[in-house]
Amino acid sequence: MSMRETFRIALKNPKFKIGITIVFIMALIALVGPLLTPFDNMGYYPIKFGNTTFSKPTTPSLPPMSKDVVYGPEGIVNVTHYLGTDSFGRDIYAQLTYGMRSSFLVGITAGGLATILGLLIGFIAGYKGGWTDEILMMITNIMLVIPTMALLIIIAAYLPYRGVAIESIIIGLTAWPWTARAVRAQTLSLKNREFVHLARLSGLSDFKIIFTQIMPNIISYVFMVFILQFGGAILAAVGLDFIGLGPTKGMSLGIMLQQAVLWNAITLGYWWWAIPPGLVIAILITGLYFINTGLDEVFNPRLRRE
Amino acid sequence: MKELLKVEHLTKIFTSGLIGGFEIRAVDDVSFSIREGEIVSLVGESGSGKTTVGKLILRLLMPTSGKLLFEGRDVIKMKKKELKQYYYRRVQAVFQDPFASFNPLHTIDKVFDFVFDSYFPELDKNERDEMIDKALLQVGLNPDQIRGKFPHQLSGGQLQRILIARALLLKPKLLIADEIVSMLDASTRIDVLNLVGDFRDKYGTSVLFVTHDLALGYYISDTTIIMYRGTIVEMGNTEKVFHNPLHPYTQMLLESVPDLNVKWEFKGIEPEKEEESVYSIHGCRYAPRCHRATEKCFRVRPELREVEKHHWVACHLYE
Amino acid sequence: MAMLTVEDLKIYYSTPIGHVKAVDGVSFEVKKGEVFGIAGESGCGKSTLVHSLILRKPPMIHIGGKALFKGRDLMTMDLKESKKIRYTELSIIPQYAMNALNPTKKIRDIVWDLAREHGYNNRKEIENILRERLEMVKLSSKVANMYPVELSGGMRQRATMVVSTLLNPDLLIADEVTSALDVTTQRVVIELLHHFMEEGIVKSIIFVTHDLALLDKIADRIMIMYAGKVVEIGPTEEVINEPAHPYTQLLLSALPRLGIQYKKQKLRGIPGYPISLLNPPKGCRFYTRCPHAFEKCPHVEPELIEVGRDHYASCHLLGGGNQ
Repeated sequence: MSMRETFRIALKNPKFKIGITIVFIMALIALVGPLLTPFDNMGYYPIKFGNTTFSKPTTPSLPPMSKDVVYGPEGIVNVTHYLGTDSFGRDIYAQLTYGMRSSFLVGITAGGLATILGLLIGFIAGYKGGWTDEILMMITNIMLVIPTMALLIIIAAYLPYRGVAIESIIIGLTAWPWTARAVRAQTLSLKNREFVHLARLSGLSDFKIIFTQIMPNIISYVFMVFILQFGGAILAAVGLDFIGLGPTKGMSLGIMLQQAVLWNAITLGYWWWAIPPGLVIAILITGLYFINTGLDEVFNPRLRRE
Repeated sequence: MKELLKVEHLTKIFTSGLIGGFEIRAVDDVSFSIREGEIVSLVGESGSGKTTVGKLILRLLMPTSGKLLFEGRDVIKMKKKELKQYYYRRVQAVFQDPFASFNPLHTIDKVFDFVFDSYFPELDKNERDEMIDKALLQVGLNPDQIRGKFPHQLSGGQLQRILIARALLLKPKLLIADEIVSMLDASTRIDVLNLVGDFRDKYGTSVLFVTHDLALGYYISDTTIIMYRGTIVEMGNTEKVFHNPLHPYTQMLLESVPDLNVKWEFKGIEPEKEEESVYSIHGCRYAPRCHRATEKCFRVRPELREVEKHHWVACHLYE
Repeated sequence: MAMLTVEDLKIYYSTPIGHVKAVDGVSFEVKKGEVFGIAGESGCGKSTLVHSLILRKPPMIHIGGKALFKGRDLMTMDLKESKKIRYTELSIIPQYAMNALNPTKKIRDIVWDLAREHGYNNRKEIENILRERLEMVKLSSKVANMYPVELSGGMRQRATMVVSTLLNPDLLIADEVTSALDVTTQRVVIELLHHFMEEGIVKSIIFVTHDLALLDKIADRIMIMYAGKVVEIGPTEEVINEPAHPYTQLLLSALPRLGIQYKKQKLRGIPGYPISLLNPPKGCRFYTRCPHAFEKCPHVEPELIEVGRDHYASCHLLGGGNQ
């Protein structure tokens, strides 16, 4: 079943279509959204004075779709706050869309790192067996036992400077263990499946067996694992950001939530500050879930409703 | 008839756990031979080591010790190139689980493609298709209903026939048939087994039929080997072994087969006692369950002796 | 009064593409003190049939017919009543029984939980019975304190048999209990079932299997099923030695026996494949594979006709039939 065929079958699957549409729309918003607003990533209005840029807040605590005025060097500028402003006069829509960019980035980087690491370690351990397996599994098991959040908190707290890149790396380095275990289990079971034996009896070289027989049966699984890691990384980043251990500069969905809570957005009635980031996260994760369930049916022919 | 395969003192010990484990002597000092055009059934229950013997012969596992000679050549020392170009051209297999024998992501045609790619690379697509269709017809399948389908769309019986057709392409000298009909319905079993017999009649292929079903073994084979816990307890000409079973284990096996010609008297059978480390016994493996075991049986392992022509047994009662 | 009377039972599976008519109008009777064998290949409906007697869960639905167990209809019994009779009057040893025991509990705890649910509150008494039964199946009393994983396959099978019959059910259903076993363990299980009946622990047994040769040893009466219907039913001796239905005849001739060798006499299987149960044909369900099929067969469904004393088969060749 070539890549093209797989894709064709995937596109016919309803769950996959729903999921990929959701995620696609979210990605589109993250990409294009910031371009539709004059505000910067923190929600301020950037005013240029020669070589410096001054970030100017606008009217605080405005509800969604409020019109506002900015007094700049060129004169009066009329702006619309699509999602209102927070208690500091920063535009929510800008924060949200820039924040989504940051979350997607963390998801891809951290998720990708965790998946690749898990794949490599799990596959080598499963196929090689023996001492290699024992040592790699010992490391994996130790990592599994350590609570990830606590580890992330400790590492993050000790870093002098935190950026999105560092955050992605530390999340990626702590999320690979259960992928490794799962991939190892799959490899072990596939290694002794009769079709692998039959391939060997048909004269296939070890290399060909690994890449044409075993890998494809795992790759499909890896796809789904990446989706889960992607979602998990986003959630882990939100978690870190929420308790203040996120990037020291910049905006993300988690930081938005943190600030909304810190400044009592809900109690004061400024629901447009707290709800949008949470909603976006929920919708995104739901979309990812649908993709995964749909892919499961695509890759496992038996689950398809023929 | 010429000797095709010779198994000499083959032993396979599995150790579980790298740091302090225990060992399982799955195959323990097994020796036998298969001649050209002979159908041998390797009979045993679970834990007898019969499947392991099959895998060792196919070089899917490496033995702990012992020799394996095919047409006089040492199979264990063969390197990958010789295995591919010489050995697997002459020795093939069909396994027990038809659904596990196919890669679920590929159509069934792929298994033929592998054989062509490795052994008949010069054939073009049309020639390949012709050969595949012919092979499928020979095993009683209609190519139109089979080609291009995925394994989960076909039945177990059809899949096993496809696997036999695949082996047919190479016209091997030896076919290892590992429990090939145990997962099939009773009505399909005989037909698939007949195919294997036809194989031998038409092409002179020898067959090693690994099974736990004595009736099937009796039906198809010339020679029968009975294994228990990694050792051969009795072997020889099928009719002799079945009509004159010498080893107490063989006798018990035959009594337990629900055969339509035999009436059972319900007298109570001694079931297996709790699992003791049977594998570490130095004497006869069957001693703990044998009604006629003597003290010697627990100490000394009996050797295979030819008690009558073409009939060997490993039991102290016959020394 | 018969132990179990099944009348025209219809059990279908509801799927997104329609109803799979797994059991389509089956009638039979199990008397007190008899072993009733149900034979057939995979897909014939025998497992569905016996499971529907114990527990019906979607997608399994009861479409029609009755199953009168000691006079009460199992199909319309309410949940409370069915729970009460389970294990005490009607019990099942399921397929893959070896894995049916709770792996996290010791055998004696599993048994005690079971007993307590059915109102027994004397733990000592239950443990005594357990010990007796373990001895009966030739397991040592140490087994009571073990977890299921500590036992070998054959031992677990015997332990499951003890658990299923501890409360002396009147009717025991054994669903393919020997399929995954070695031939020697199989013999032990059959002997034990026989022993249970002799000792009065169970009064009747329904033995479901695909192995006709096994039924020849243990069953008093046999019912052969094919594609959801009964094709033949009668005393074991008659069904095995004078099979009336072509399917039974072919099935028996496809069984290898000690004494028949391929070199001298080739056996034949049954060619073709069973029909789809989503849209079964109007007529006889076996006609696509029957060597004796004639024009009437695909259109008219054959009825059960008496071919011997208490021996029935449904085939147009035997005459009779409906319009």
